[in-house]
Order: sequence, then C-alpha cells, then structure tokens
Amino acid sequence: MKETTHAIITENLTKKFGDFTAVDNISFDVKRGEIFGFLGANGAGKTTAMKMLCGLLKPTSGMGMVAGYDISKNSEKVKKSIGYMSQRFSLYQDLKVWENFRLFGGIYGLKDNEIASRTDEMLKNLGFYDERETLVQSLPAGWKQKLAFSVAILHKPSIVFLDEPTGGVDPAARRQFWELIYAAAESGITVFVTTHYMDEAEYCDRVSIMSEGKIAALDSPENLKQKFGCTTVEEVFHKLAGGVL
Amino acid sequence: MKQFWVFVKKEFMHIFRDTRTVMILLLMPVVQIILFGFALSNEIKDVKFAVLDHSKDAVTTFITERISQSEYFIFARDISTEEEADYLIKSSQVSLVVVYDNNFRENLVRDGKSQISLVVDGSDPNTASGVLRYANSIIASSNEHILRLSGFTPLSAEKPTFIEPVVELLYNPQMKSAYNFVPGVMGLILMLICAMMTSVSIVREKEIGTMEVLLASPVRPVIVILAKTVPYFILSVINLATILLLSVFVLGVPITGSIYWLVLASFIFIFVSLSTGLLISSFASTQVAAMLISGLVFMMPVMLLSGMIYPVSNMPYLLQVVAQFIPAKWFIEAVRKLMIQGLPVTSVLKELFIMTSMAAAFTVLSIRSFKQRLE
Amino acid sequence: MSSEHKPVVAENISKTFGQVTALQNISFETERGEMFGVIGPDGAGKTTLFRILTTLLVQTSGSAFVDGYDVKGDFRKIRKIIGYMPGRFSLYGDLSVEENLNFFASIFKVNPKDNYYLIKDIFHQLEPFRNRKASALSGGMKQKLALSCALIHKPSVLFLDEPTTGVDPVSRREFWQMLDRLKAIGITIIVSTAYMDEALLCDRIALMKNGILLGVNSPAGMVASYNNRLLAVKGDDMHSILKVLRDIKVVKSAYSFGHEHHAAISPDFGGDAVEKISQELTARGLNDTLVKSIKPSVEDCYMELSAN
Repeated sequence: MKETTHAIITENLTKKFGDFTAVDNISFDVKRGEIFGFLGANGAGKTTAMKMLCGLLKPTSGMGMVAGYDISKNSEKVKKSIGYMSQRFSLYQDLKVWENFRLFGGIYGLKDNEIASRTDEMLKNLGFYDERETLVQSLPAGWKQKLAFSVAILHKPSIVFLDEPTGGVDPAARRQFWELIYAAAESGITVFVTTHYMDEAEYCDRVSIMSEGKIAALDSPENLKQKFGCTTVEEVFHKLAGGVL
Repeated sequence: MKQFWVFVKKEFMHIFRDTRTVMILLLMPVVQIILFGFALSNEIKDVKFAVLDHSKDAVTTFITERISQSEYFIFARDISTEEEADYLIKSSQVSLVVVYDNNFRENLVRDGKSQISLVVDGSDPNTASGVLRYANSIIASSNEHILRLSGFTPLSAEKPTFIEPVVELLYNPQMKSAYNFVPGVMGLILMLICAMMTSVSIVREKEIGTMEVLLASPVRPVIVILAKTVPYFILSVINLATILLLSVFVLGVPITGSIYWLVLASFIFIFVSLSTGLLISSFASTQVAAMLISGLVFMMPVMLLSGMIYPVSNMPYLLQVVAQFIPAKWFIEAVRKLMIQGLPVTSVLKELFIMTSMAAAFTVLSIRSFKQRLE
Repeated sequence: MSSEHKPVVAENISKTFGQVTALQNISFETERGEMFGVIGPDGAGKTTLFRILTTLLVQTSGSAFVDGYDVKGDFRKIRKIIGYMPGRFSLYGDLSVEENLNFFASIFKVNPKDNYYLIKDIFHQLEPFRNRKASALSGGMKQKLALSCALIHKPSVLFLDEPTTGVDPVSRREFWQMLDRLKAIGITIIVSTAYMDEALLCDRIALMKNGILLGVNSPAGMVASYNNRLLAVKGDDMHSILKVLRDIKVVKSAYSFGHEHHAAISPDFGGDAVEKISQELTARGLNDTLVKSIKPSVEDCYMELSAN
C-alpha cells in the first residue's frame, strides 16, 4: 500500500478561485521520513497548495492524502495528525514558554502528564529548560523559532509543515534550526518545508519547484543540478521560476 | 493649503470606496430615529390604579372618574388602608394609588387647597415619572371643573392653586416620548460619526504603515489629521438634516424654537465630537483600541449619563457630577430647550459656552499631543 | 543638495526603549552615489536605525546627519529630501496605482510627470494596472509601486528598510537590478536586508547584530579581513561529516552551507589544513570526502564576527 510508505500523495490536485487557477493539476508524493523542500516564486501557488494539504482549503478537484487521510473528506483527521509552523504565527508572545507547550498540547488532546513530560524532555534537549518560566516575547528570535518548531512536533505528528520557518533569522541560528529538522526527520517525522533561502534547498532530500500553479521540477538537489546543468539549486530555481517573468 | 485639499480628496476616496460603511453611516440615523421613535417608546398606556378615598365626596368621585376615563389609566379597585396600597404597589398589581385626604371638599372650600397623594412604584423611574406626569395633567386639566363643583369662589387677586403645575407638560402636551429621544439620537449619532469614525480613520494610517511614510515626508502631521475631520463634518451635517427632517415629518415633533440657533448648537457639538475623535486618535495605536475607547469611554456614557435614556436628575449625586463632563449632556439640554421647548437662545448660553470651551480644550490638547515622530 | 556633505553620517548613535537597548554606539558614514547595505537578522536594530535616520525616532544619545542636516534639529529639512520605504506594506490599498502615485507626488509638491524618468523602468510594468487598486496587486507589484512612490520626488537619499523580506529569489534579483539602475542615476541608497547573499550587490555593507555594528567595509574588504582559513567539505554522509568536523580541535566552527559544509580553521594552526581535515575524516571512517580551501562569503564573515 502506498499509504503506508508515503506521508503525502496527491493526484491532479487543483484549486481555482473564480477564473484563476492557483494550483493546476499537481501530482507528487512525499515519502515517510523525508525532508521535502517546496519552492516557488511568490504567487506560484505554494501557499494555496500547502493550505490544501493542511486541510484548510478544499481542493476544487483532484485527490490528496496526508498521513493516510483524504484531505477533501477527512480534513479534521488531517489537521490532528500534522504539525504546522510558520514565520508569522508560531507562539503566543504573552504566554510563558511552558504555557505555550501546555496550550498546544491541550489543543491536540494530549494528556496533562504527557504534556509535562514531553515539554521537559524537549526543553532539556534544546538547552532551554531554565527559560521555561520566561515570556516568549523576551526571547531572541532564533530561540523562538526553535521553540515554535518543538511546539509544532509536541504531539508527535507524522508530518510537519514548515512555512518559511527561518525568515529573518541570523545565519548561525538558521543552521541550528536545520539541525533540529534533521533530528526530527531521523525520528521518523516527515518534514515539508518552504523557504526563500536557496542554500536551505540543498539540505532537503527532494525539492519541488512550483511555477504558475504547476510543478516545474521535482527531484533530489543533486539530480536537479545535473539535469539543468547548474552548480546550485539557486541557479536551477532562477532557470525555472525566472523564465516566466 | 493645496496639500490640505489633496488630503481631503483622499479621505473622501477612502470613505466612498467603502460602500458598506457609507451606507451604515447614512442609514444609521434613519434606523435610530425610527427605533427610538416607535419601537422603544416608553409611552404610558392602560396603567392600573387603585383609589384610597378617605373623603368619598363629590369632588373626589369626580377626579377618580376623570382619571378612569383617560386612555392611559384603568381603574382597578377601591381600597381602605395604606397597607393595602403598599401591598398592591409592591406586588405590581397596580402602578398608581390615588389617595384623597379626609374632608377633601371641605378643605378645598375653606382654604382653596386640598391634598391628593399619588403613590407610584419608583423602581422604574422612567415609567414612574411618566405615570405621575399623566395623572398630574389630568388633575390639572380638571382644576376649573373641580373648583366649580366644590362651590368655591376664588377671590379675584389670588387664584388658588389646587395642584402645582407640572412643568414638563407645558412643552409636551401630547406626551410623546419621541420628543425626548430626538435630542438624544442627535447627540449619539453625531458623537458616533465624528468621534469614532475620525479616530478610527487616523489610527488606520498608523496601523497600515502609511503614517510612517507621511511622517517621513514634508507634510505637517496637523494637516493630515485636520483633513480627516472634513469628510466626517460633512457626513454629520447630512445626518443632522436627516434627523431633523425625520423628526418633523415622520415623528411629528415640531421645531418650536429657532432653527438657526438649533443648527448652530449642533455645529458646536460636531466640533466637540471631532476634537474628541482627534484626542482619541492621539493615544490609540490600533483601530480596535480607538473603537473601544470611543465606544466605552464616550458612547456608553453618552447614552447612559447624558439624559438620553434616564433623566440626569434621577441619578445618584456622583453620576450627576460625571454627567457634567459629558459634552452630549449639554447638547441634549440645549436641543430640548431650543427645539422642543422653543426657548430663546439666551436660555442656552450656558450650554453653548460649555460646549465651545470643551471643543477648544480638546482641540488644543489633541494638537499638542500630535506627534512629529513615531514616539 | 549640498555635495560637500556626506549623505549619511552616524556618530555613536544609541537608542534604548525602556530597559531594552536597541542600538549601541553605531557610527558610520556613507559616500554620495553609493549603495550602502545594512545587513543583519531580525532584532539586529536595522529598523530602529532607519527610523532614526529618517527622523521618525530620536536617538537616546549620539548624533546623526543626513545631507549635513541634524536628524534631531533639522528634521523638517531632511523630510523634504529623503525617500523612505518602510518594511511593511505602506500604500493605500483602496486607492488605485495611479492615485497612490499622484498622492505621494503631491505631498512632496511635485508633478509626477516631471520625475517620471526616474521611475520609468519600474513603473512601466505597472502601467497595465494603472486603475487597479493597490490591494489587488501581487506582492512584487506592490513593492514596485511603493518604490515608485518613494522615488517620485527625486530624493537625494533613498532609505529602503528590508525591501526584499519574504520575497522569492527571482523577484529579489529583479529588485536589486532596479536598485542598480537607480544608483546609476546618482541616487544614494541605504538598504537593509536579512539576506546575506544580497551583501555582494552593495558597494559597502554594515553588519549588525543585537544593536551592535560588527563592522563596515566593502564586501571584498570584508572577505579579505576574514582571518581564519576556510574549507569546504563534501561527502556522502553530510550529517556525520558535520558532527565529526565539530569534534576536530583545530576547527573553530563548522556549519552547513547548502550542498557543502564550511569549516573555519583557526589561524593559529600552521600546517596544511586541507590535508589535516581529510586525514581526520578518514580516521573516523568517513571516506570519499572532498575537502578544499575556499574564499569566505559575507555570510561566513558575519558568522565569524558575530561569534566573537
């Protein structure tokens, strides 16, 4: 069964807003435990596709399975089995670190003792245990990103969606953040990530580049570079996404 | 100056492109007038009353009959003790008990005076004062009859006063409650449009970030802010006209006094409200905050303390003091005097003076707190 | 304006908000006609610095001058001669493209036709959408309109606060090409960004972190002043390689840089760094690794400076 080996399966997934086709017949699969980079220019349809996969938007046509559930019919189940983190919305700034963990743990229906033990474990791993009583707003940006990521995987989702998680983060923190992503992937969580940093695309197992609602290319960074005769994914991106402008 | 008009033009564009808000602003006075005028009218009808008659003479019987015959009151029963009266009022079986003294007719003939006590349930002051006014007016209107009936011949010099004249009735002979609401609705709508809309539209520029660009440009912030008041001033004038037309032609409330002074008083109030809006905008940093401040700090007190719903004189002392600082209280009083009582402008000089001072103070305060920078 | 003055001079600017120090002793100067980049992540103090230079905030201490005018005392004069594009969307969404442009021209009391040549390159792409409301434009188009509005009065100094944040690489490259053309016309541009790769497109850059200026130099000068030896390491098991690199004594720091790792070797190490690292990797069972000596990027410099 494909459902058991793949975290995401889409077939001819399409979303139209009136006359405008935001996502145009995309079909791709993401394997379990894979780090999947989802690239594209602004307005290429990335956000719309991601919203459909998270169960927030109903597809106009086509099929999508996320964590074994149909995104059109079982969007509530999809939402329960995924984690989500974006640059814009991540944590409540006016709550303490552990209060954020308790809140999101509660939202996903974890038991109190489970939340407490997971929180302690994650904070210790990050080296933030001493900050558990600190208000999130007084933490540096790089720490917030890491905490937001931990909160997103608190309920052990089978797949986590990261929407530009590292925007505006300083270079060292950005790389430390990717080390967290690797650790999560090693523990079996599938990572679906969008980014505008092309060096980060190189860290992904496979990368898809969207352009005008379609998937223009999908492969491992190595194969993409070979296929398009480039030395970096950034060049590939400019070739594919830049061509239409 | 040219810059000022550029801004005014821009403000009009903002307003007219937001069709929904324009519709709300223009239709609101219509809805409010109709709501307050008809649906919320606290008119008195079919009020049950009991009679405690210690005299049982021709005069008291006559007065009781007159009250029963009116469309407002229904005779419930005769009673014989004060305790009964208390009980009936407390259990809300009647809203009014009319009590006649002993030897009612004799006293009247001898002294030209006799006492009727009107006992009402004070828990609802609005209804109570209405009931009292109505009963009083019925008694007063039958004064002459009563005197003739009692056989008392007044001396030519001193006409006896059987019942104290009830002042409100002089100006509202048909006792329409709309008369009381029209000034209130005017105060509310003008405050809403001027204070809330002006402050929200200024704060919006802070929120969407355009204020930052404007501040970094040669435009004086005062121009930006004063230009915001122009469209809302015009909208307020349109609303003022709507309210006056509706009240005259739909509710049948005549403008008994001078319309010029009425309009002038309204303009002064519009200026107070606009300067209130400017003041709010100088300390609110989000549109929600501006709405909450203008809603909670300004609108609610306008409705509750300005005498629009509850008469100021019925309030506890402390609230009466607070009410003195509410611009709308003075405006509503001025409109009552000018529009409904038909009094000359000399009788509202105090109100006009207070409103003008408030407008000046708010304007100076808000211009002072306009920031040339972001903080 | 006054050509004898430097466009921007900052002398020991500090800014505190309550307990928080947003800027600490910032000093730099820019040259006329130069593209000056202020580079640092969120929270570095870039926006506060821009707001002080554009007279929107007053510094707690120190002084700053734009075209010779004091940002504190002569703020009205500065506001006439600068163009400013704040980080967030700052147009009127309910006004059309043309109305926005005309409005911003009129607040500077200029006729948009007079300076049209300045924005021609940028604005011609917006021509087809003249009557469209600004809120209905795509992100890239909004940005072009905002830039046009900031330019329409022919500013002497143009301040662009994070114009490319959240913008995809293609649109970013396009935006920088527009800036290059403006520079060619002679406009001094002060631009901030969190993307380190954009540093190369500036004449000179100021690197910032946590309110502190790490250094000011040209990108080439910045790279030249990097005093570690830098190696790029590639192999099959990138994850293990990184772990091993961090265990090697002479390696000061090791980070992933796209498809390879960068390992900074302390200048104290006298031997052949490439040789040494290759041996160490092999000794720990990592074969088939490729180690080579490379020139650092601005990002390497930033990480080195911010670690100290």
